[in-house]
Amino acid sequence: MQRKQRLSRNTAYFVPYTLWILLFVIAPVLLLIYQSFFNIDGQFTFANYQTYFSSSTYLMMTVNSVWYAFLITLATLLISYPTAYLLNETKHPQLWLLLIIMPTWINLLLKAYAFIGIFSQAGIANQFLSFIGIGPKQLLFTNFSFIFVAAYIQIPFMVLPIYNSISELKPSYVNASRDLGATNWQTFSRVIFPLTLPGVKAGIQAVFIPSLSLFMLTRLIGGNKVITLGTAIEEHFLTTMNWGMGSTIGVVLIVAMVIIMWLTGGSGKRHARKGLTK
Amino acid sequence: MKKLFSVIIALFAVCGLLAFGAHHLQSSTGSTGSKVLNLYTWGDYIDPNLLKKFQKETGYHVNVETFDSNEAMFTKIKQGGTSYDLTVPSDYMIEKMKEAKLLLPLDKSKLTGMQNYDSRFMNLAFDRDNKYSVPYFWGTLGIIYNDKYVKPGSIQHWNDLWEQKYQNKIMLIDSARDVMGFSLASMGKSMNTTDPATLLAAENKLNRLAPNVKAVVADEIKMYMIQNEAAVAVDWSGEASEMLDGNSHLHYVVPSEGSNLWFDNLVIPKTAKHFKAIYAFLNFMSEPKNAAQNAEYIGYATPNKKAKALLPKAIRNDRQFYPDNQTIKHLQIYQNLSPEKVGLYNDRYLEFKMHH
Repeated sequence: MQRKQRLSRNTAYFVPYTLWILLFVIAPVLLLIYQSFFNIDGQFTFANYQTYFSSSTYLMMTVNSVWYAFLITLATLLISYPTAYLLNETKHPQLWLLLIIMPTWINLLLKAYAFIGIFSQAGIANQFLSFIGIGPKQLLFTNFSFIFVAAYIQIPFMVLPIYNSISELKPSYVNASRDLGATNWQTFSRVIFPLTLPGVKAGIQAVFIPSLSLFMLTRLIGGNKVITLGTAIEEHFLTTMNWGMGSTIGVVLIVAMVIIMWLTGGSGKRHARKGLTK
Repeated sequence: MKKLFSVIIALFAVCGLLAFGAHHLQSSTGSTGSKVLNLYTWGDYIDPNLLKKFQKETGYHVNVETFDSNEAMFTKIKQGGTSYDLTVPSDYMIEKMKEAKLLLPLDKSKLTGMQNYDSRFMNLAFDRDNKYSVPYFWGTLGIIYNDKYVKPGSIQHWNDLWEQKYQNKIMLIDSARDVMGFSLASMGKSMNTTDPATLLAAENKLNRLAPNVKAVVADEIKMYMIQNEAAVAVDWSGEASEMLDGNSHLHYVVPSEGSNLWFDNLVIPKTAKHFKAIYAFLNFMSEPKNAAQNAEYIGYATPNKKAKALLPKAIRNDRQFYPDNQTIKHLQIYQNLSPEKVGLYNDRYLEFKMHH
């Protein structure tokens, strides 16, 4: 009896979670897939997919999205790995971690507007460039500024999982490697990096996937010089009211994300989860 | 088992509360008391002092709710569940709402101020005989330039934008219809064309403009122009008037060969309930004194002829916002296009954005 009671209690705990998943994850995805099979007149059709895969515009946009998401992820990774590594060496890592996470408490839009101020013609960045004698440069609406701001926004999501896997790494492994005569580089490339790879993979998932469909930043910081699939989705839902086509692009994005998860998943899965939720 | 029940009951309670909250929110979307008027309009599109004055004179309290795009307004009214009495769609959207049977015709016998309006802005194609709508504001699409970087008078026409000296200096408003539209106007074509070949030519022409385009942005254009971030911009007159208020170096030009002429008119959606208040408000806003006060506050051009006469000379004679007849003759009002045609415009426009 007691056992049964505990069992039902456990099931009860799952009710809110299951409801949540059903209502806000599974149902919307199904609706999206359903919607993608209708044209603008509400007739059933496969034409949306046909258009997508035969239009050079959409294919170019897809390539663009993946390319920029890749660049953003790379920039984020290059900054985050050393940061996480050094963080582990500091005396009060939790404090520093808090400082790194702090920017995520601020609304994305506010951060974007702040960067508009910093990068504008009369902004701080240009004042500094003038001060050191380089002279003002066009910073806003460049690929550089777009990747810079996107990376800035994504860094906390990359640092966290990497830091978690680095802090889990037993110092004895590093010591053993040194004792056995490995150089610093060898220790890093053959011991530390492979053992923290799960964290890196989790970080890549957390950064690459949202970067694929960034659209607010493409306009605010990129001045629509960078066009990603997010831009097209926004347009189809808000201006042309062609929800079918918008949904089709959405479905393609979901498939792309599944592929990324699959590529970066595998053995790292268990650690990745841990890294993210910790 | 008891635990399970309590969890389920708690869930139901939460759902019930949410449903109640949603219902409460919905019914407050447009209050239903008797002495009210529910106005659904663009953000900051009426002088708040006028609303106070209206309440004092007539006793009707105006609830204002705002939208930020014609499409959003259309969707909300079509879905129902609201009780808006008046709304302010733009020209092509009036046509679309009319077709969707979302509008109620005006009872002309209850309107007292219709003779105050300029006949040029009445009886237009989107609403013949003003069966459904009373003009509220009108405006144009044009070019804003900063005289710090551009010699005054050197930009008069759309084609001037293509000059090499404006390389990386122009900002465009992120709107398919307007960007494609000015490209069409620059070629002397109709801004309502649906001919694919003409639209393709317009896109090709835009692609040649790409080196000059610094960015394609939305509302932020105002901020950028005020901060001297760009030398030239293409935007609507209403936005331009706000920019000019913020930076005295800015000027607005409506190319005389043709541009867009837009209207925002007051209409009665089929959700309306407070008809006495509606006609009181329409008549109140038609009074020259009130319309003039509103035009001065908002900064857009008033279609009310008698109100315009009451405006300060500097505003009244401002050719930037009240262009001469010759220019007005060449302006074109957007027609409501079928979804396929809207898609055509947007596809071409998206390709231009990809290109630049």
